[in-house]
Amino acid sequence: MKKEETRTHVLDEAGAPLALRRRDFIKLLGGGIIVCVTVGDAEALFQEQVRRQGGGMAYPADFNAYLRIGEDGRVTCFTGKIEQGQGAVTALPMMLAEDLEVPLESVDIVMGDTDLCPYDMGTFGSQTIRAFGPALRAAAAEARAVLLELAAEKLKIPIDRLQAKDGAIFDKTRPQTKVSYAELAQGKKIERHVTPKPPLKTPAEFKVMGRPIFRRDAKEKVTGKARYAGDIRLPGMLYAKILRPPAHGAKLKGIDTSAAEKVGGARVVQDGDLIAVLHEYPDVAEAALAKVKADYDLPDASLNDKNIFEHLIKVAPAGRAVAQSGNLDEGAKLAAQLFDETYLNSYVAHSSMETHTALVEFKETKATVWASTQAPFRVKDEVAQALGIAAPNVHVIMPFVGGGFGGKTRNTQAVQAARLAKIAGKPVQVAWSRADEFFYDTFRPAAVVKIKSGVSNSGQIVFWDYEVLFAGERSSQQFYNIPHHRTVVRGEWMGGGASAHPFDVGAWRAPGSNTNVFARESQIDIMAAKTGIDAVEFRLMNLTDKRMERVLKAAAEKFGWTSAKAPSGRGLGVACADYLGTYLVTMAEVEVNKETGSVQVKRVVCVQDMGVAVNPEGAKLQIEGCITMGLGYCLTEEVHFKGREVLDLNFDTYQLPRFSWLPKIEAVLLDSPDLPPSGGGEPAIINMGAVLANAVCDATGARLYQLPMTPERIKSALKPK
Amino acid sequence: MKETIQFKLNGKSVQMSVDGERMLLWVLRTDLSQTGTKFGCGEGFCGACTVLVNNEAVRSCQLPVKNVKGKSVMTIEGLAKNGVLHSLQEAFIDHDAMQCGYCTSGMILTAYSLLLKKPHPTRQDIIQGMEDNLCRCGSHTRIVQAIQTAAGTIKGAVTK
Repeated sequence: MKKEETRTHVLDEAGAPLALRRRDFIKLLGGGIIVCVTVGDAEALFQEQVRRQGGGMAYPADFNAYLRIGEDGRVTCFTGKIEQGQGAVTALPMMLAEDLEVPLESVDIVMGDTDLCPYDMGTFGSQTIRAFGPALRAAAAEARAVLLELAAEKLKIPIDRLQAKDGAIFDKTRPQTKVSYAELAQGKKIERHVTPKPPLKTPAEFKVMGRPIFRRDAKEKVTGKARYAGDIRLPGMLYAKILRPPAHGAKLKGIDTSAAEKVGGARVVQDGDLIAVLHEYPDVAEAALAKVKADYDLPDASLNDKNIFEHLIKVAPAGRAVAQSGNLDEGAKLAAQLFDETYLNSYVAHSSMETHTALVEFKETKATVWASTQAPFRVKDEVAQALGIAAPNVHVIMPFVGGGFGGKTRNTQAVQAARLAKIAGKPVQVAWSRADEFFYDTFRPAAVVKIKSGVSNSGQIVFWDYEVLFAGERSSQQFYNIPHHRTVVRGEWMGGGASAHPFDVGAWRAPGSNTNVFARESQIDIMAAKTGIDAVEFRLMNLTDKRMERVLKAAAEKFGWTSAKAPSGRGLGVACADYLGTYLVTMAEVEVNKETGSVQVKRVVCVQDMGVAVNPEGAKLQIEGCITMGLGYCLTEEVHFKGREVLDLNFDTYQLPRFSWLPKIEAVLLDSPDLPPSGGGEPAIINMGAVLANAVCDATGARLYQLPMTPERIKSALKPK
Repeated sequence: MKETIQFKLNGKSVQMSVDGERMLLWVLRTDLSQTGTKFGCGEGFCGACTVLVNNEAVRSCQLPVKNVKGKSVMTIEGLAKNGVLHSLQEAFIDHDAMQCGYCTSGMILTAYSLLLKKPHPTRQDIIQGMEDNLCRCGSHTRIVQAIQTAAGTIKGAVTK
């Protein structure tokens, strides 16, 4: 370890109060060895934290995570990241154990607790392993270096003769001479800071990473002991049920709560737009809420799930080119065949099995919050604002989270609970009903993609003019070798202008990418079919990216792809994508019932190159999960609405994937040990739209341009034109 | 109207004064602190609230508590005996048959009831039996494998 790669107290100059806080903070942790890590720019992080806390400081803000080796030898990692089912609770300790040279069993992890863990913006965008993991490994490597120094001192043996292994330091020449990490941490108070990158182990040296490990929280989950936000109980707590307006933008005209108030123990609370019934039993609160009579003025009802696309095309903002090369006019001249297609995606709900839930206890000036959230530090700020207290006085504790998929980056339920707890003077839990969830959720935006493209006589794609409306940039850029191309993004997946969508939209597992990949890889197949070239061969002819070629060839071999002109009647499809550093190719086989228009997906093979896979078992589980979840937005899932009223209230009309839909899934990780790990929680879902649309077309000759491919849309596409 | 209701919960006798029209789910979760049983949809569509009543899998969000009078209710908390996990729980762990874990209680208890009726289920039997339990994380493949494994290890008899 070189000295210049570590630093201490870098922000002490920022002012005495901060330094004091730092000392307080470290004191709180007790004895042992503490290594703090910074991901990204420390100064930017510090500024962001100061801004978010309105200038007040709760604890040092210039690092994102730290680890502690306690005097008992146990290692604890504290991170603001959270576990929502995707396995960071297992993979992060693996990364830590690897570089610290301790058994995985001796590593604990504390996630998302805003008093114990440093600031983190939230858990989304496949960032945890890709961006945060290496920093954690750097901290572990730094801690190991500190332990080696301490051991050298204690054993009076030069460092180069020492080796760390299994939570102890050995003399390489006499292995019986050793000292444990616990002994070294005894009576110590050592604090180090590290900005990447101290030397990390190479993949060849890995003992923990890359080995399949089963998830750490499984036992709690199979015994019912795992506690989610709705499972927390406090003395005197009340359950709130929120009065949901009939439509977004509806204005309350009049309200009669007298019947509800007659329900024994029920209390009706009205705080501006927030109306709720509180009771010591949630079901009684709900029954009482049903007795509230409210009249609303409804907003303009001209939009619906059918005419929304015309509307989006009309209101799309000006574009920005995110990629371009060559000259589109010249490209068009080179083309022997031209294509001009439009692709549509509907609004999709997150539908986590756990609805948004939060419990807030507000005592005098301090609040404690248990929330199902992907962004506990955002909750901290929002609750503080709702209560009119300083952010440092809010403590967010993370229970288990019953699925997020981007939806739990928005924390409206925590703000509702905070406001009600303040009024009630008692702890209040808000747990949305399923209908609430379909109403307050931030849907994946409906989106439109227009692609003009052209192919030469020899099957080369010569031009590509791509425009995406309201899905944003992610995965919009094509990776084929096309001389004349342009990619234009008009409107992001978040927001997109107040007039664009009838309700709020937001991040949905791999935001933007599901839409972009569906359009691009459908267009590629259309061109391949028209030129009479097999879909895999056509892609290989147009690829120069060696990494993608490798993944595509591996997938074809695994799947047993044989060359054929489409539509072959076999029902086979292929799609390729890159997602924030992960490359993947998916192949599928479908059977289409032409009478009913229903699709049965028989088999899906997904080959993924994600660099080093930290926990291969966890990564495969994520691939399987993405494929299964992805069937939904491809085949049935779409939010139905009329005006600003959401018509779906539960899973009877909004159909999630079921056991009977299950294809045979084969998840393959392509070994790529020389590339750093990238995220695995999102990529495999993004190919699903195109691979299934391509397979449906191969089976029937009918091309579907809109997701989901419902039986009605398939039957309509099958009708002779 | 409050009434006295007696039933067995995880092998132990429970007697309580409660409005018999209240749904079993909420009585379990609030009055009896059995929070392993989850609320998912409130209308019987998702199966997260599944418990066993006389060994039959039922949706506790749709079952008034008066209907379990004198019956035997088992929740996920009652499945492990003396700290020893049931073979289904072991199989769910061994197959990594969960992600967020929110549907897991309902999945395991539905599978338990299925295995009671069909000790040697085919893959198709399992898919049919589990069809109305929803999992958003997409753990279905592993759940099917876990049930197949558990069916194999317990040799045709689910131990009570």
